[in-house]
Amino acid sequence: MLLIYCPYCEKELPEIEFHGEGEAHIERPANMADLSDEDFEKFFFIRENEKGIVFERWRHLHGCGRFFNAARHSVSDKFIKTYKAGEPKPKLTKKEIEAVLPPAKSTPANEPIWTIEKEGEKK
Amino acid sequence: MRKFSAFAVAREAMRSHKGWEKQWANPEPKSSYDVIIVGAGGHGLATAYYLASVHGITNVAVLEKGWLGGGNTGRNTTIIRSNYLYDESAGMYNHAVKLWEGLSQELNYNVMFSQRGVMMLTHNVHDVQVAQRHLHANRLNGVDNSWVTPEEAKEFCPPLNISKSVRYPVMGAALQRKGGVARHDAVAWGYARKAAAMGVHIIQQCEVKSVNRDESGAVTGVNTTRGTINSKKVGVVAAGHTSVLMDMAGVRMPLESYPLQALVSEPVKPIFPCVVMSNTVHAYISQSDKGELVIGAGTDQYTSYSQTGGLHIATHTLEAICEMFPIFARMKMLRSWGGIVDVTPDRSPILAKTPVKGLYVNCGWGTGGFKATPGSGHVFAHTIANDEPHKINAGFTLERFHNGRLIDEAAAAAVAH
Amino acid sequence: MTAKSPNTGANRVAGKGRLSPAKTATFTYDGKSYNALEGDTLASALLANGIHLTGRSFKYHRPRGILGAGPEEPNALMDIARDKARRQPNVRATCQEVFDGMVAKSQNRFPSLEFDVGVVNDALGRFFPAGFYYKTFMWPQKAWDKLYEPIIRKAAGLGDSPDEADPDHYANQFAHCEYLIIGGGATGLMAAKTAAKSGKRIILVDENAEIGGGLLSDASVTIDGKSGSDWAAEILAELKSYDNVKVLSRTTAFGYYNHNMVTLAERVTEHMANPPAEMPRERLWQVRAGKVILATGAIERHLVFADNDRPGIMMASAAGVYLNQYGVTPGKNIAVYTSCDSAWTVAFDLKKAGINIPAIIDLRKDIDETLIKRAEDLGIRVLKHHGVVSTKGRLRVKSIDVEPVDGVSSETIDVDCLLMSGGWTPSIHLFSQSRGRVKFDEDAGIFLPDIYTENCVSIGACNGTFEMTAALNEALKSVEGKGKAPKVADAVSMSGFKIGAAKSAGPDDFTKAFVDFQNDVTAKDIRLAVREGFQSIEHVKRYTTNGMASDQGKMSNMHGLAIAAEMLDKPIPEVGLTTFRSPYTPVTFGALVGHNKGELFDVTRTTPMHECAVANGAVFEDVGNWKRAWYFPKAGEDMQAAINRECKMTREVAGIFDASTLGKIEVVGPDAVKFMNMMYTNPWDKLGVGRCRYGIMCREDGFIYDDGVVARLAEDRFHVTTTTGGAPRVLNMMEDYLQTEFPEWNVWLTSTSEQWAVIAVQGPKAREIIEPLVEDIDLSNEAMPHMSIREGKICGVPTRLMKVSFTGEAGFEINVPADYGREVWETISERGVPMGLTPYGTEAMHIMRAEKGFIIVGQDTDGTVTPQDAAVGWAIGKKKTDFVGIKGLNRPDLVAEGRRQLVGLKTIDGKVVLEEGAQVVDDPNHAIPVPMIGFVTSSYWSEVLGHSIAMALVENGHSRTGETVHIPMPDEVIKAEICSPIFYDPQGGKVNG
Repeated sequence: MLLIYCPYCEKELPEIEFHGEGEAHIERPANMADLSDEDFEKFFFIRENEKGIVFERWRHLHGCGRFFNAARHSVSDKFIKTYKAGEPKPKLTKKEIEAVLPPAKSTPANEPIWTIEKEGEKK
Repeated sequence: MRKFSAFAVAREAMRSHKGWEKQWANPEPKSSYDVIIVGAGGHGLATAYYLASVHGITNVAVLEKGWLGGGNTGRNTTIIRSNYLYDESAGMYNHAVKLWEGLSQELNYNVMFSQRGVMMLTHNVHDVQVAQRHLHANRLNGVDNSWVTPEEAKEFCPPLNISKSVRYPVMGAALQRKGGVARHDAVAWGYARKAAAMGVHIIQQCEVKSVNRDESGAVTGVNTTRGTINSKKVGVVAAGHTSVLMDMAGVRMPLESYPLQALVSEPVKPIFPCVVMSNTVHAYISQSDKGELVIGAGTDQYTSYSQTGGLHIATHTLEAICEMFPIFARMKMLRSWGGIVDVTPDRSPILAKTPVKGLYVNCGWGTGGFKATPGSGHVFAHTIANDEPHKINAGFTLERFHNGRLIDEAAAAAVAH
Repeated sequence: MTAKSPNTGANRVAGKGRLSPAKTATFTYDGKSYNALEGDTLASALLANGIHLTGRSFKYHRPRGILGAGPEEPNALMDIARDKARRQPNVRATCQEVFDGMVAKSQNRFPSLEFDVGVVNDALGRFFPAGFYYKTFMWPQKAWDKLYEPIIRKAAGLGDSPDEADPDHYANQFAHCEYLIIGGGATGLMAAKTAAKSGKRIILVDENAEIGGGLLSDASVTIDGKSGSDWAAEILAELKSYDNVKVLSRTTAFGYYNHNMVTLAERVTEHMANPPAEMPRERLWQVRAGKVILATGAIERHLVFADNDRPGIMMASAAGVYLNQYGVTPGKNIAVYTSCDSAWTVAFDLKKAGINIPAIIDLRKDIDETLIKRAEDLGIRVLKHHGVVSTKGRLRVKSIDVEPVDGVSSETIDVDCLLMSGGWTPSIHLFSQSRGRVKFDEDAGIFLPDIYTENCVSIGACNGTFEMTAALNEALKSVEGKGKAPKVADAVSMSGFKIGAAKSAGPDDFTKAFVDFQNDVTAKDIRLAVREGFQSIEHVKRYTTNGMASDQGKMSNMHGLAIAAEMLDKPIPEVGLTTFRSPYTPVTFGALVGHNKGELFDVTRTTPMHECAVANGAVFEDVGNWKRAWYFPKAGEDMQAAINRECKMTREVAGIFDASTLGKIEVVGPDAVKFMNMMYTNPWDKLGVGRCRYGIMCREDGFIYDDGVVARLAEDRFHVTTTTGGAPRVLNMMEDYLQTEFPEWNVWLTSTSEQWAVIAVQGPKAREIIEPLVEDIDLSNEAMPHMSIREGKICGVPTRLMKVSFTGEAGFEINVPADYGREVWETISERGVPMGLTPYGTEAMHIMRAEKGFIIVGQDTDGTVTPQDAAVGWAIGKKKTDFVGIKGLNRPDLVAEGRRQLVGLKTIDGKVVLEEGAQVVDDPNHAIPVPMIGFVTSSYWSEVLGHSIAMALVENGHSRTGETVHIPMPDEVIKAEICSPIFYDPQGGKVNG
């Protein structure tokens, strides 16, 4: 059971108080009605599903009820940070990322700096 | 390949079993193959086997970053059934069941397919409506499935509690008598052995690091931890890691990977004769040949590649088990484990060509891929060999997320697999 | 023994052990009665009574005895019962404490433990190598599940499952602490003592009844000049004086989960003769720890040699425990076979207690001279660099054959017990569960913690630190303690080890040298697996089942690995170590379930008027976790008769219905209209204050997500209703959009589902019945038309009164504060029932709404149905430029020809009621698979109309009105005509009364 820091309550609380709400930073297009099928597919179905750092949404369902975002490593399941909804995707430092990496050998597919570089490529 | 039989075992017994050959070789990768399959789980190995046996394509490599059969194939609760609602699903899973029925003989490897019956419980009026819808559709699709009353359900599975005074009494069940279980490891090993005997290279501890494409965009091969391997056709069958691999080829997938847990009890003498599933209270249980109660739990609520999940997910399932089968409350959990399941938005798999020439994908089986193993491998081999889908997997496209033609078993029935 | 103190066994050693001879308990084993001392484990009590034979192995049914003294025990698994319902199979005799009246039985034998017919498997063992079942039993095809599998299953399985419901109860507790210390041996105690003074919250757990670990069975060690056990007792007493320290004995830390959550299973009453009824049998602890201190020690390995499994062959350390802790010797003439120093100490202890030790046989060439000297001083023969190559004795070892490691000259030594030690394996199970990475220490032959991923630390033997002073220093450091560890003298040396096959374990003839006792895996099985190409340890494990028994390979894993590595000619780390998974030792389902059973299995939600329905004789149905009144049978009525009457009376007079389960959300704020326009397909701008409208909500994919009546209370205030099941997910979706997509909009959402009780009064006399009870509201059609809402009072309490109808009759939905629901219901009933007002349940409600063609989301829609499909396309605001689902609705497949559309179905024979879920086809004579064009979503007998009615989703249904379709049933084909789904009052005049 994860331990999750609610940025609104400012407390670290057990996962059973929260509800996972999927990938974060997928903005609803303002021109929804005119969206192409391809763009709708990207918006609604396509997911990063990163093996590495994921940005995801949580809701403190059995608490303050607020939605917020988290940066977590999807192999070690460790959180780097959580932050309030609406805040931009945080720029993660190498140090922050290294702190949540799983031991290299148990996950040979994972390479430490990969996520940062990739982040730069995408945007 | 030397034939396995009781006679062979007896003969070997006289010479300390020194004459058995390797069940599969561990070859060095060649520089190129006609087809590369990425992922040596049940589906990948089956694909390779049918490429060789049905399509005569034996110059095939199956690349595996760990050990063959080490992923979800060896981590699931081995339930086999085909009583799905939609024509596409019924077609796929029924195709698989037919192949299951002769698989031990075909592979000369006892995969212990045991048609003990799969019973899906109903607990409320809505459940019954959903079950009836399945029963009628199954009958017209030629899929075996029948309604049983609570009393009949108890006769079929004596530990079942059909008391009216429990929180969610059993209102009846849909029973697929041809459903059952199989020995998961043996499925992977049996396919591996037979495929290897036909010339397929199974290359373990060989991780794909990138997918190569030419100027036209077509696939030319893969770079691996054991060097570059060329092929004009690459089939990705990597379950939870599909997103990662497809990303290497520039194809983004409608997939999310979740931890899925399962557990077994200590072994006891035969007490549980069939498979029982309840989607409403979340209980999935059977008893293995070793005597362990095999229990499937749910997925965690966050994506993860960790192969572990929270205890509360497993205990939630045990609550339902003890509610439905109160005699098991003093049984003990012996072992638990987790897999990584790749889930599509409509909970149906993708077995299809991709926008990249020469790249094929077989994924999205979610929590229910094991049962489809032979059928999936069979039609995926067809898809790769002919560069077009078999009619059975024609609907399981990537385009359906584009045009909206989903095969939404989950929405239609609130059915977990 | 005097008459007063019963005989607790001939193998008790006077003056040894920590149990009081004053307290005894009587138990039975396989029907025979024995005495034990209080505090005995079943194993120590049996050994005291000279019993080694305790079970039969899994595959070969070989006689097996007690091997160890702890949770690693693979052999001595028993069926333990208090009474018929309180019975548990596969209990380790080495862990189960004896209580007075305990009934213990051996398992997996027929007809008896001494003579088991299954042993024929042993004689034929050569025909059952590892994985033999994959190679056989394939002919004929049908015979597997009919013939072979039942035989295999019957032979497998160890004990018998309980066959009655468990009458005991279990508890569950969450806890938090700064330090969780796992293991109450010397290092764990040292850490706890050091940390206690800090005032931080500390939990110390130990799986045994008595805290002290190895100190309790160590006869020689002194710490700070005190005996080990005295030192432990002093610390324990000190710890108990601290409020910030919790000490849990009989508690196993079995799981290490994410973010430093460790789960513990506490056995609360299992050792008691008469457990108080209020006490839980076991308690599950879920502990979130700041830092976890792993002081889990090490487990002694056996040696792999021919016939190493006879009863009477046991672990050296176990013998030390039985002698020094329980005052029991496992034999009178005991040889010791070892590769590790610690076994020597056991030999010395036994010799000093008067037991004959014919020889210490040590595999090693170089042995600490002081050990040899002490052996000589005690008169024990030492066979250096020798091995045991065979053993004899059917139900108990009688003799052993000994040979030099490099030689062939064999000597036979008579024994009644053989102790063995292959050295110690650090217990890294929990560390491994925490997903830490291990490294292999070549010199010590052990895997050790290397890289930690959680805030935890391993100290002492589980960290490979076998030397006690060093271990105590690790303990100090682990909790930021200062100073130096106390002085340790005469501690037992744990150096020396052997992993893999010892002499006589092959390579390969017909000998059985067991690696995994319980699963009957021998050295040659492992070799066979490797020869057949199984090269990773995961494959070897699965092919041979090594390490997969109920002890989970605590003793066998390292041997299996070493034998495989030798065969492959690879270093051990390259073959790999299997990952340890929770639980460390098996955990009772009941303990994991805790309180969540029976009534507490799932929340039961009842409405404020629930008791009124009970009083009216309602039959309830489960809808989600709600209990809803399904129908109200009167004496002599079956379900159909009751619902016929309920429908008829409602349509002719009036009915009263509890609609409180509907979800209710208050949407308030200056941007409330804007928000509603976004959430629902409908336009809301023009809905006047005081008016209601039926709303449809989609997801972005364009499929119907929920529906309900929405009332506008003010320009900036909506009273939104949702389906019963949809309430939480609709609110969640609204909150999601509001918080994350439109945070700048001024809207507030409040769930009011449980604030409002809802009483529907429907029917021609509805108004007449409630009118006198209502204040401040004009109920006339002119003042309060269909689909309107008014605020006022009813029965003296505030109400939001809605003129709405889900039945097609004129009617009201009366919202009152939940606390008044029952009173208002009763007041209305008091007035209405004499006039014919009839309570109706969900079934009648379903029928009446179907007569009107109103859909139920989740029944007539299934997550693949658009508003157009469901014939409610009119509810989409055509001029709207955005709402949730606007794009999804227009995707190619959602606007394509051939979609399944909601229609009515009228059976040609009106008496025939279709089955819900039945499939609709055009050609019933088509060969299987029959193309299906739709299915029946709702179907009922309509008493009011005198014929059956149904709704169905049918391909292109909206343009097929009047056509005949077929509904194939198993034994007949039913014909039906496609029609409008509005069967009753198609003009809709009745809603106006």
